[in-house]
Order: sequence, then C-alpha cells, then structure tokens
Amino acid sequence: MIDRDQVLHVARLARLKLTDEEVERMSSELSAVLDHIENISQLDLEGVEPTTAVVELENVLRADEPRPSWPREQMLEPAPDASDEGFRVPSPGA
Amino acid sequence: MSAELLELTAAQAGEKVRAGEIKPAELFDFYRQRAASDQLGSYLWVAGEAPADSASGGPLGGVPLGVKDLFCVKGVPSAAASRILEGYKPPYTATSVERLVAAGAPVLGKTNMDEFAMGSSNENSGFGPVRNPWDTERVPGGSSGGSAAAVAAGNAPWAIGTDTGGSIRQPASLCGIVGLKPTYGAVSRYGMIAFASSLDQCGPLTRDVTDAALLFRHMIGRDCCDSTSLDYPNEVELPSAERLDGIRFGIWGLGEEGVEPGVVEACKAAIAKIEELGGAVEEIELPHAGYGLSAYYVIAPAEASANLARYDGVRYGIRSGNGDLLSMYENTRHDGFGAEVKRRIMLGTYALSSGYYDAYYGTAQRVRTKIADDFKDAFGRVDIVVTPTSPSVAFKLGERTKDPLAMYLSDYFTVPMSLAGIPAVSIPAGLSEGLPVGLQLAGPAFSEGRILDAAHALEKAIGFDGAAARG
Repeated sequence: MIDRDQVLHVARLARLKLTDEEVERMSSELSAVLDHIENISQLDLEGVEPTTAVVELENVLRADEPRPSWPREQMLEPAPDASDEGFRVPSPGA
Repeated sequence: MSAELLELTAAQAGEKVRAGEIKPAELFDFYRQRAASDQLGSYLWVAGEAPADSASGGPLGGVPLGVKDLFCVKGVPSAAASRILEGYKPPYTATSVERLVAAGAPVLGKTNMDEFAMGSSNENSGFGPVRNPWDTERVPGGSSGGSAAAVAAGNAPWAIGTDTGGSIRQPASLCGIVGLKPTYGAVSRYGMIAFASSLDQCGPLTRDVTDAALLFRHMIGRDCCDSTSLDYPNEVELPSAERLDGIRFGIWGLGEEGVEPGVVEACKAAIAKIEELGGAVEEIELPHAGYGLSAYYVIAPAEASANLARYDGVRYGIRSGNGDLLSMYENTRHDGFGAEVKRRIMLGTYALSSGYYDAYYGTAQRVRTKIADDFKDAFGRVDIVVTPTSPSVAFKLGERTKDPLAMYLSDYFTVPMSLAGIPAVSIPAGLSEGLPVGLQLAGPAFSEGRILDAAHALEKAIGFDGAAARG
C-alpha cells in the first residue's frame, strides 16, 4: 500500500507536481499495480543473474575523431526561453 | 483507378510504379488525400505535397509511409503525442526513417499514438484517441494505434511503429493487419523518442507479410548512433513459402485465464491450418512467461522515469510556472504529461527509489533472465512459438481507462518476447464477432526471415480479407 506521504515523496523525487485529486488516485492505482507485481517475489530467483541487456555486446568503440557538432542556434531554437548564448531558466534560489 | 490503387498492397503498388504503370506522385497524392481526410484520428500531421526528391526508383518504389509520431523527422512536428513536446520540430531524422526514405518510401504523415508509447488503446494520446476502422466505437489498440488504424483503413499503404511490450503487435492484431517486432538490436533506435531503452524496437505495420518483410529488410543494420544496434547476420529474403513441412510449432497460452473464447477459437482454426500445411504442432510450457507482465511493469516504468527526466521545460517543448527553478520543473511536468505517463513515472521512480531498487528492479531483471531461458528451452524443441497476440478483440473506447491493470493485461502475450529480445510477428487469424483476432509467431533472435516465411504460408492458407475496414 502506497500512502499519501509516499506518493508526495516520490512525486518530489520525480519533479512532478500533483493535485490533491491526483495524489488520491495515484495512491490507490499504484497500490493496485504493485499488488499485482508482488507475484514475482514468490519466485525462487536465488543465483539467477539479472538481465540488463539482451544484446550480447561489450565495449562498442569507435575511432576518437573530432566531428562537427550541432550549431548552437539550431539547438537553442526549440527552447521555450533562450538567450543568444544558452538556455535561460528561473533562478534556483528565487 | 482509385479503387484499384486502394486494393494494392504496398509491394504491388511499388511494382507498378517501377513498371511505369503508376506515377509515384499520383500514388503519393492518392494516399495524401486519404490521410488528410482520415476520420479515425490516425494522423497528427500529413505531408503537404509529394517530395520532389523522392527515391521512387528505389526498392520501395515510392510507396508513401506512415510514421509513428515517436520518430524524429527533421523539420516535421514530432511530439510522441505528448503535450509536453507540442510544436517540437527535430533537427534530424531517425535512422530507420532515413533508411526507408532513401530506399524509396517517402514520409506520408505522422501517426497518432499513446503518449510516449505508454498504452494499449491509443486513448492516452495528448491529441485525442484513434478509432478502429472495423468498429469506430472501439479502440485500435496501442501504442502504435494510429499506424495500425491508418494501414487497416487504407489511409496509409504501410507504416512503421515501435514496440516496447506489444505496441506494434497488439494494435496490428486489433486492426486485422500484420505487425512485426524485430529482434532487439536489429534496427537502430536513433531518433526514436525513448520510452524503455532496453526494450524499445521499431518495426513495420502492413497489410500483409510480404510488405512487412520488404520494409524490415530496409530498416536493419548497425548504426554508429545506436551502440546497441548490430549488423544483421544474414540477408532477409522476401517470404515465398507455401508449405510448412518440417517446421515445429510450439503452442502456448490458449488455456490461459482471461482469453476470450472467440480468440481461442480463431487461433485454433489457424493452428489447424498450420497442420494442414504440414507443420508439426505441440503444446509447450513457458513456465515464467506468466510473470512477464509483472517484470515488465517494473522495468519499463523504471527506464521511462529516467528517460523522461529530460522533459523539464528547459531545452524544448512547453514551460509552465513563474516561480523558482524547482517549481518550473514541477509545473511543466504536471501540465505537459498525461495521466498514464505520470502514473508510469511515479511507478518507475518508486521502484528505483532508495531501499526498493533490488526488491523491484533487481527482481524483475532476474525474472527477465528466467523468461529468456524459457524461450531458449522452447527453441530446443520447436522452431516457432505460437500464441494469441491479444487476449481479446478490440474493446470499446472508455472500457478500460478507469482500470490501469485491466489495460496492462492486454500485453500479457506480447511482453515475454520483448523481455527476451526476440522477434515476433502478429498476423490476422480470422474474425470473432466481426472483429479481427491476431496470431503471434515468435522465433529466436534474428529469425525474422524464418518467422515471416512461415507467417506468409499461413497467411495464404487463412485468406483473411481486410477489405471491409478499407471502406
């Protein structure tokens, strides 16, 4: 069971504002999904290696050669607020 | 001419273009007009005119392509159907799209989808739902619902989508078309807006198996921009099999709880066709596949919660709030993300949070190993694993939106293959109460050629007719 405080804690970690109604709903919906997911804890997984990737590849390397990067103005173009030099954001301490 | 054009598969249309019987601009315009007047909500953007430089002489014959909104296309709105990316036009094109365009399949439009590919009904799109052309009161499946509906309705000759836990196969099943999820690593993910990076793969949604093979063979191969992509180990031939002699099929899932009787019946009829064609059929066990859904709903949201951290109102998309930096982040994400995306971010963040990581993510990854091992065992006995694609036919809009878990169960049969990274194709098996049923054929990694060949023989024997949806 995920209670209201846990929902608010996780929402803060995820940088997500939730309305009171969303907090209520999230609490019951996440609890239901987690109850279902619980069934994997019944399995005996002692000594089983976790799969992090299905492709058996190691150390994919390429030549370390300089290549042109994206032009700054093109990268700044889709930004909601950009100056000539970078992305503008509100002050962290405001 | 119009009615004739509509009844051609993409491969047939491409042949006629190459033979000089159809002008590529005429073909493009025919589908452009159909896409622009689509009443199902399949498209989020439609090309204005035929591209001047289209490689219509290429192997894909200038046959226009529906592209899921998840793919970046240079200068074209690409928002993964999310309000948080509304208006975003990428500076580059996804590798898979670029390869198909170069082979002669110009972009027809961007197709609707569940926001960030999270959903099984297309009802989670930030820009409205998609309707199923077989019954417009019903969903087309998801998340590649727009691609599936457009192809089924004849509003795209063919399309591409992405599949993380079933998002190509399940909508293909619900719309009565063919959908292929390739082996993980077969196709570059560069330029696909990321959902769950260890699972995401793109693939074709088409009217028939030949069209799927044709698109697939031009999508594959290593890409320096995706270090998980691989050189495909062999040539992918176009399917030609008419018989299934000597091929061993392992059937799984027909007795599972919650599978609609009509789905079981249609799948059994298709399996009888496998035997008529000379295939050997036996029932198999995949002892851990039933736990796939639980593992998936830990792994996919966990990876999504990390991938979606980048949507913070700084570099692209929308921005909300006037306070400090933290409240700008929180408000932007509150306003920009839809309910299902928020749910998955919360679920994933919770599963990865301090003290829970090993209990959830670590356990889920171990289950993933067990499922991959189940398939390895199965492929020691049989060549192809056969299951229903979806436990149900297309359901009504609104029917499952209040119950996330019921919606998640749509992916019961498709998730295990995603977790194991193996290829699987869904083909129409028949109808149940007038709605399409899909049959899923899965094989070991890089066996696309073989499963498509078998699917082709079976497709001919089943003789499914999708014309009713093309109206």
